[in-house]
Amino acid sequence: MTLVSPAKAGTETATAPPGRRTARRAAGLVASVAVLLVVLAASVAIGAKPIPLDDVWHGLFHYSGQNSDVVIRDVRVPRTVLGLLVGIGLGLSGAVIQALTRNPLADPGLLGLSTGAAAAVVSAISFLGITSLTGYVWFAFFGTAVASVLVYALGGSRGATPVRLALAGTAVYAALYGYVNAVQLLDGVALDKMRFWMVGSLASANMTIVQQVAPFLLVGSVLALALARPLNAVALGDDTARALGTHLGRTRALSMLAVTLLCGAATAACGPIAFVGLMVPHLVRALTGPDLRWILPYAAVLSPVLVLGADVIGRVAARPAELQVGVVTTFIGGPVFIYLVRRRRMAQL
Amino acid sequence: MNASKRMTPRTRGVTLRTRGFSMRLDLRGAIVGLLLVVLSLVMAVVLIGTGDFPIAPADVLNTLAGNGNPAQDFIINELRMPRVLVGLLVGAALGLSGALFQSISRNPLGSPDVVGFGQGSAAGALAVIVLFQGGPGAVAAGAVVGGLVTGAGVYGLAWRKGVHGYRLVLVGIGASSMLSAVNGYLLTKADLQDATRAVVWLTGSLNGRDWSQVWPLATVCAVLLPVVLAYARDLRMLEMGDDSAYALGVRVERTRLVLMLAAVVLTASATAAAGPVAFVALTAPQLARRLTRSSGPNLLPSAWMGAGLLITADWSAQRLFGADQLPVGVLTGMLGGGYLLWLLVTERKAGRI
Repeated sequence: MTLVSPAKAGTETATAPPGRRTARRAAGLVASVAVLLVVLAASVAIGAKPIPLDDVWHGLFHYSGQNSDVVIRDVRVPRTVLGLLVGIGLGLSGAVIQALTRNPLADPGLLGLSTGAAAAVVSAISFLGITSLTGYVWFAFFGTAVASVLVYALGGSRGATPVRLALAGTAVYAALYGYVNAVQLLDGVALDKMRFWMVGSLASANMTIVQQVAPFLLVGSVLALALARPLNAVALGDDTARALGTHLGRTRALSMLAVTLLCGAATAACGPIAFVGLMVPHLVRALTGPDLRWILPYAAVLSPVLVLGADVIGRVAARPAELQVGVVTTFIGGPVFIYLVRRRRMAQL
Repeated sequence: MNASKRMTPRTRGVTLRTRGFSMRLDLRGAIVGLLLVVLSLVMAVVLIGTGDFPIAPADVLNTLAGNGNPAQDFIINELRMPRVLVGLLVGAALGLSGALFQSISRNPLGSPDVVGFGQGSAAGALAVIVLFQGGPGAVAAGAVVGGLVTGAGVYGLAWRKGVHGYRLVLVGIGASSMLSAVNGYLLTKADLQDATRAVVWLTGSLNGRDWSQVWPLATVCAVLLPVVLAYARDLRMLEMGDDSAYALGVRVERTRLVLMLAAVVLTASATAAAGPVAFVALTAPQLARRLTRSSGPNLLPSAWMGAGLLITADWSAQRLFGADQLPVGVLTGMLGGGYLLWLLVTERKAGRI
């Protein structure tokens, strides 16, 4: 396993007096929220039928049933809300996994969670004949949970180390991927449905899905934010963390639970979206330094910016067709990732 | 590896010397290599005899010697022999390139699967299948071009005053996830028939291979194997780190470039012939290393191990699921997962991770 040495906080941030540092981080967070609001507005306004902002306002707050109002209420708003939720889930789960495995290049895919969801969905399609997106949700969620328990058990629930978790994740990924492939090849219908599910898309978002996944994302987010302090201690190494009074086993179990809730709900809602969970916390760390109490809120605000931004680009880039959001995030994420890898110094685990 | 055991001054090789030529032969390595060759050939004969029309091993050998009846002769020489040969060659090429990659990147997980060359060839082949509806030949060509372009791109991007092993792996991960997004997108654009064909190809299959796939692959292996073996000593030095290798007189960048190129071409031609068969490149070198118990790249044992693994997996796939139901890649994928799990459990028991 390899990793990049933890991003150093900018030297000026490190040398600034604590009060000013906090002020600067808070200001940055406020600016990020502002960016998020702009992207939210763009996501409602831009699409196959561009809608002027005053009509957007009209549709949101003075619904009168005119054409653009219907588009906004039934299509754009659910899609935007779902993108927001999914972004928060992916960003937070990525940040928690990177802290938990002490690997700044870890993401939910590394732990085999998305593949767990895929395995459950492909089974639901092939063996139970379920073919609607709302039907997949629970299966995807269940699959993520099973994969997560499996990885945790294999990784050694008591003495789980970062390497062991990553190796267990890779093993689970490999075994489940083989299973998904086998089912797809034996069943044409499953293949036909899965190829659209696998790329990750917000196109068929509706309020039912939002209501199904929102509670899990909420609980997961609260749990993740509450874990910031113990995970900060975990970053210092197991021995130091224990010396600081952290209950390592409990922290790991709760972190896995938070990741399962967040990543499971996000994947259930729109399929696996790659790179958001990897990239956003990674970039945020360069802004805030290694303190998770800042990384987590920043990631929760900036990940939806990436998801919704990618979704808007996908709607515009290939008109009249759409590029799926998963494709666009990878295409933004890949080059940024390679740039980061080229820039930073490498270290061996 | 147990360091203290490895350090014991035990003669584990014999030295062959004549005037002007001397060479050290690792006995255990040689014996393991020989056993693996025998095993691959036995499995090959068994595999030739397996199918809707079973043929006893003795008859297979008889027919191969030219004494079979016409029916058996047709089935063996025209239908099954090419498939088995493609399997052996693909396995050997993947095993060898896996050993090269793991040694160059100094990372036991550094196989072409992980580094993104597989996804590159997959993207090339998928583009041909989905965008141009090309035949098998065009798909193979697309795979080779895709693999080579990706290889060159990853190497170029990882280059900063030389290629650092870890940077190469990481750039490979980035490139491969981008390519897998491309692949996913292309799959959604295809009609269902093309998509099925693409997924079979992506899984890696030996079904319906004929002599036209054997010859290019055999040529590539015949040309590259001597080149790789010629650089094997330098590679061994390279494993001690760039600086030590420099000090010992190895041209580090040239060795790395030549071997990397060889590994990429091997992977690309194997992929062209059978699709990106998962995990052979990852597991074959590691299993070979466990058997030979020697440090160093273990190039030849890895190649034989790859050949044996792939042939055995193909035979098991046919026995378990029925002839030509599931491509061999499904089985190697599951075996790979199982191997990683086993690794996890044993390493944990030994207290190493």
